[in-house]
Parts: sequence; structure tokens; C-alpha cells
Amino acid sequence: MAKAPARTQPAGPATPPAADPTKSNRERPADPSPYAASKEELLKFYEDMLLIRRFEEKAGQLYGLGLIGGFCHLYIGQEAVAVGLQSALTDKDSVITGYRDHGHMLLCGIPPKDVMAELTGRQAGISKGKGGSMHMFSVEHKFYGGHGIVGAQVSLGAGLAFSHKYNGDGGVCLAYFGDGAANQGQVYESFNMAELWKLPIIFVIENNQYAMGTSVNRASSEDQLYRRGESFRIPGLQIDGMDVLAARGAAEEALAWVRAGKGPIILEMKTYRYRGHSMSDPAKYRSRDEVQAVRDKSDPIEHVKKLLIDDHGTKEDELKAIEQTIRKQVNEAADFAESTPEPEPAELYTDVLVEKY
Amino acid sequence: MAIDIKMPALSPTMEEGTLAKWLVKEGDEVKSGDIMAEIETDKATMEFEAVDEGVVAKILVAEGTDGVKVGEVIMQLAGEGEDASAAASAATKDDSPAPEAKADEKKPDAVEDSAHPAQEKVETGARQMFEAARHDAEVSDPAIPAGTEMVKQTLREALRDAMAEEMRADERVFVMGEEVAQYQGAYKVTQGLLDEFGDKRVIDTPITEYGFAGVGTGAAMGGLRPIVEFMTFNFAMQAIDHIINSAAKTNYMSGGQMRCPIVFRGPNGAASRVGAQHSQNYGPWYASVPGLIVIAPYDAADAKGLLKAAIRTQDPVVFLENELLYGRTFEVPKLDDWVLPIGKARIMREGRDVTIVSYSIGVGLALEAADKLAGEGIEAEVVDLRTLRPLDKATVLRSLAKTNRLVVVEEGWPTCSIASEIAAIAMEDGFDDLDAPVLRVTNEDVPLPYAANLEKLALVSADKVIAAVKKVCYR
Repeated sequence: MAKAPARTQPAGPATPPAADPTKSNRERPADPSPYAASKEELLKFYEDMLLIRRFEEKAGQLYGLGLIGGFCHLYIGQEAVAVGLQSALTDKDSVITGYRDHGHMLLCGIPPKDVMAELTGRQAGISKGKGGSMHMFSVEHKFYGGHGIVGAQVSLGAGLAFSHKYNGDGGVCLAYFGDGAANQGQVYESFNMAELWKLPIIFVIENNQYAMGTSVNRASSEDQLYRRGESFRIPGLQIDGMDVLAARGAAEEALAWVRAGKGPIILEMKTYRYRGHSMSDPAKYRSRDEVQAVRDKSDPIEHVKKLLIDDHGTKEDELKAIEQTIRKQVNEAADFAESTPEPEPAELYTDVLVEKY
Repeated sequence: MAIDIKMPALSPTMEEGTLAKWLVKEGDEVKSGDIMAEIETDKATMEFEAVDEGVVAKILVAEGTDGVKVGEVIMQLAGEGEDASAAASAATKDDSPAPEAKADEKKPDAVEDSAHPAQEKVETGARQMFEAARHDAEVSDPAIPAGTEMVKQTLREALRDAMAEEMRADERVFVMGEEVAQYQGAYKVTQGLLDEFGDKRVIDTPITEYGFAGVGTGAAMGGLRPIVEFMTFNFAMQAIDHIINSAAKTNYMSGGQMRCPIVFRGPNGAASRVGAQHSQNYGPWYASVPGLIVIAPYDAADAKGLLKAAIRTQDPVVFLENELLYGRTFEVPKLDDWVLPIGKARIMREGRDVTIVSYSIGVGLALEAADKLAGEGIEAEVVDLRTLRPLDKATVLRSLAKTNRLVVVEEGWPTCSIASEIAAIAMEDGFDDLDAPVLRVTNEDVPLPYAANLEKLALVSADKVIAAVKKVCYR
């Protein structure tokens, strides 16, 4: 469990007092239960989380070697959020997020080498090297970015949800944003329209406790972010984002709510990033002890590993084999990303416009 | 003394309207606030309230009359203690209803049509531009097939038809914005669309520009074809992040795999007496952004043909209209599918002595100036850019090569303007053709003032164009 800032409640489904004036008598989603995963599912969660972690560690390494430039925001520590939520999606659904996007992309099925080659700015990257870490998209995998402007993905996500509804395709948009973005005005403009028009969207607030260097309660008058939709009549749930089963359980509840046509829902995922805001952030705003305590007590991967071993009798060897496969995959992606060529100079002028005038 | 009640103006640019209905009859007593009549224009219907108290002495214009000029006396009211029939007979003798004829009459303190006192004939800068926008192109558009029937249509109707035709043809096209549906458009551009297409495709938004620009952009990323109406482009400044960061850059940042086919449209530039925050030309702002198409049409035929093209293209488009032109009537080709190419300028008038380049409402001023200059023996060629990005350099440079003199007219600020850009193009690619420096005729470099006289001083005018042309012609 993340070390909670003074004013916050512990993570996990919060049970508000009965007299809470923000809770009306209108219908609300049930408090979700942790997902009852089979061994196979747990293994898959383990594998997916490990892929993200190893991928991000490698990206950090390549950044240190100067092979990745600019801003590079790593997802290490937050893996359970995206793995738990996206494991519940179907291929009708769409995903959009901000600039901390590598993990979400891998979970959409985008090959690691396509992402890594984008990070190194190569022609074979998913955006032909023109986007970089913060600007990656795959319409084929229904991943709509990868957006560099804090909060923009929330309105854009409402637009994707609008298109799901307009087309009647049954899809739901999963729109991720951080505790920092949760203070942007357009988030509330989007909340208003999403509820007004009953758009099929799940607003996921990845509360990793720090908006760059500013802790949640230094920036948010209401630091219980799951309540931020109340004045728009959007229900919110606060979930332990370090627990992949809690995340998946929340996704099930949220998807059921949205797919039933009840409009949007907010999931506040209490989580923690182990690394700095970006590679260039020395993270002086929190102590090493704070980070270490989370790693020791609440690491999402260790949590699943323990469940696999203790509850499902999984052998260390089996887990090692997964680890080795992933390391191989990530190393291959990195080798590819280092060796594949940069874009041709002529690419400078392509893709500015689609059509010729 | 009877009080003359005159035809009111519903907007600063209204010149005539329909007296749709009288709600009072002769002999009725009215007091201030009573609704006396319903007045209609192509844009709106408004109730006409009494300001003065009295008895309706004489109704001079029957209900259902079209083309009633603003300022025309439509009824007479007998004041307090006055004999209505005497007032009426006095009125009958006076058969000159023109407001000018009455201007010198001593009137009681009562203010006739006081709701719109200044709007009859005040010479404002906006009115000058509006008047100049009567000018039609003298050279017909080569894109119109010979023998095509032309119909008269307001610019507002042409825009509405463009949207309706594209919505009929493509289920993915929808329109969203403030007051576009039930209110029928703040400027009535979307009139009738809700009735035809329903509320799934004609969507009223809350006042939330940043948010709905983002929703529209996201919907375009999701495969739809949104038309996002801004009540004016001044309000789009709240949304400019999505127009530029989300819409314009997406295709490039995604290596060409994620499209954003969206049209952001609405009135741009100065309107009449609305002050600095409501009077700005954003053409140069958007035209500086790679990844955007920026269109700013002058007449109704271009507005229709280019809006249809804008809706169809896979690139994001900023479509800049002009409020002063909405009610102007122009010739529009009667064709099943009138679509113009984006990025092509048009020669509006041919001439050999000087080239005047402009776009949007400035084209009217350029044509008016060209008319007057012809009387002094200077034949000006007028080029309407129509699209600001991509800019049709070739047409500008060809005309420059022919005339060797260039003046750019722009209803907007001078600094970092389209006019500056044209001057730079002439320097870089047309230097050897220049016989005189390129001159920019633009608004003054100040926020637009409210006072009628200051507004007039601040805005471009045909006289300023004429002075510049004479200067480059050394006359």
C-alpha cells in the first residue's frame, strides 16, 4: 500500500458514512469485489506487469545511454492499474491516455519493438519516429494516444465515447489521466457533457500521489478524487491501484455500469510511481524511504507472485521462465530500436496533411 | 403631436425586413412594453415593443409586407390626451414616410424606435465594409461550367445548404456547438438542420468551448466527421489547444496513421460595434500552423463550395466566416454538387496596373477600390486568396508578374499578418517583378474600439486601399 498523504483515506473501496450529503438516493454502482482470477489469469497478469516493468527499466537504461531523448515518463510501480483495467476490455473498446503511455500501449497489443523504436526515434517506430515517447497512436489497436498536453485526453476520450455511442458499436472508452490532470478545467467540461449525453466512458484517475513534484493535497482542495464527479452526478469509486485484482474487479463493475447505458463513471486508482515524474526529475520532493516502503510493502508484481506461489502452487521455475521470456523480448526490442535506421530526411515533409491541395 | 413609429433594425447590418404581424390595431391603447408587432428577417424573428404610451392612430404598413426599409414609418401613435383620429388624419396628409424627411421635424421627447437609435445610418467602419460587400466578382469563376444557372442566395443560406448536403451524403457528418440546434444557430447558419437531421446529428452543447472542441476532435479521431461551430472565433481561443495540439498535429505525430477530419467553423473578424474582445481576425494565427487547412471565403458561392470541400477532406479545417457577410446576397451556381478546390485563389477582377490581394470581407473593399480607381485610369487586378493555408502563391505571383505592383488588403492587424506573409512571398519569389514596395492595408495596430468614430478609424476602408494603390503606382 502506498504511504498515504496525511489527509487521504487509505486506498481500497471506501465505504462512505450513511449521512454523507454528497451521496444522493440515486442509483450508484456497487462497491466492487476483488476479481477472482484463475491461475492462468494470474499468470497473465504477472506476465503483463512484468513486461511493462522490464520494458520501462530498459527504456530508462536507453535514456541514460542517450539513445532516447526528450521527455520519457516511466510507468514503473503503476503496472497493476493498466493491467487490471485493460484485461477487462474487449476489442470494441478504445483506450486513450496522457504521456505516461508505454504500458497502456503494450497492453493494447502493440509490439514492444514498435514502441521502443519510437522511443529511439527510428523509422520503424509506431509513429515513424515523429512522435516520440509522449505521442504514439495505433488506430488498429484502438489506442488513441499518447497526448502531451495534460488533460487533453479527457475531452478527446469523451469524443471517442461520443463516436462509440453515435455508431452504436457497443464500445466503451477508457480515458486515463493523473491526479495532476484532475485539476484541469477541461476535465470538468468533459464530465458535464459525458453525463449529460450518457457517453460510454470510464474516467480513470491514476492517482500516483504526485503531479510532477506537487503532492495531491498541496494541489487539490478535494483530495478524494473519486468524488470529483459528484456535482455532475457521475459516481466514483476509489480503488487500490497497487492490487491488480482490485483493479480488474473495479473494471468489471465500471464496464457493467457504462455498458448498461448509465453514463460515465470515475475510477480513482490509488497508486505510486517509483521513478521520477520523467527521466529528468530527481524526485527531491519525497524521501527515498517513502519510495522504498511502497516497494517493500505494496509492489503490485510481488503481490501477484506471492498469490501464484502461495495460493496456486506455482513453482519459482515457472515464474523464472516467464521472466526469461520477457527479458528476451525486451532485449530484442531494445536491440531492434538501437539498430533500426532513423527516418529518411524526406520524411520531414510527409504526413503534415493527408490530402494534396 | 403624433409619434412616428419606425421600422426597427434587429441587427446593425439589417437594412429591411418583413412586417410579419401586427398585434395591435387602430384605436388600441398601448403602453411601454406592449408587443406591437412581429418583425422578421432571414435570420431572426423579433417582437417589437412599444416604448411610448398612447393610442394607435394609424397603421401605415400592412402586415405581411416584405422589404420594409429600416427607419420607414410603420405606424403612428397619438400621445396622451391627443385625439387619435385627428392624429391619424394629420398623418394621412403627410405622405412622405421616409425617415430622412422627418428628420428635421420637431418631435416630443418621446424616442421613436429607441431600441435601435443609432443603427439607421451611422457611418461605422463595419458599415463601410458591409456596404462594400455588395460587390460581386467581375470575372466569373472558371470552376463554374458555362451556362450554369445562378441563383441568389445569402451567404448564411449557402453555408447551411453546404452542411445539409454533406450531412445527407455522409452519415458520419454531424454538427455541434452552442445554440446550433433548438435555437437554430446564434446567427441562424444552422437553421432547419435540427428538423431535418434530428438531435443525434445536430447537437446543442453547453458553453464549454475547450471541452466541446476536444469532444469533436476525439470524435474525428474515432472516425466521425464533426463540424464544430464556434459562436464566434473569439471564443475559440479557449479551444485553440485542441485545434492546434490535438487536431493539427495528430496526423504527423502518428506517422500518418491517425486522421482528424474535422471542421471548426464560425464567424471571424470584426462585426459591428462589438468591441475588442469580439472583433479579431484569427486568420494569421491559424494559417501559421502546419497540419491545418484554413479557409476564409468572401462570397456565397465560395462559402458553399469550400465548406463542402472542407467537410470532405481528411485534414482538419479552420473555416473562417464573417458575420457582416452572413446576410449578404450573392449568386450561387445551381449545381447538384458544387465543390471548390481548397488552396486555389481566384481572380475576382482583371487589371493590368496593380494587384490587390485580399480575402474574406476585405475582397469587397478591394473591389470597391478597384471600381473607383478605374475611374481615375488605374486598372486593378483583384485576387481573392480564399484559402489561407495552403496559400496559392502561384496565382499571387502570376498576377504580380503581370502588374508589377502589389497591395494586400486585410481586415486584421498588420503585425505577423497574412499581408506580411504575402509581402515576404513577393520579396522571396517575385522580387524581380516588383516596381514598387509591397504595401499592407490593414486595420490599425490597436484593439478594436467601440466608439463609432474610432472604430471607423481603426478598420480598413476602400479609401485606404485607394491611397495605397496610388502610392505604389506613384500617382
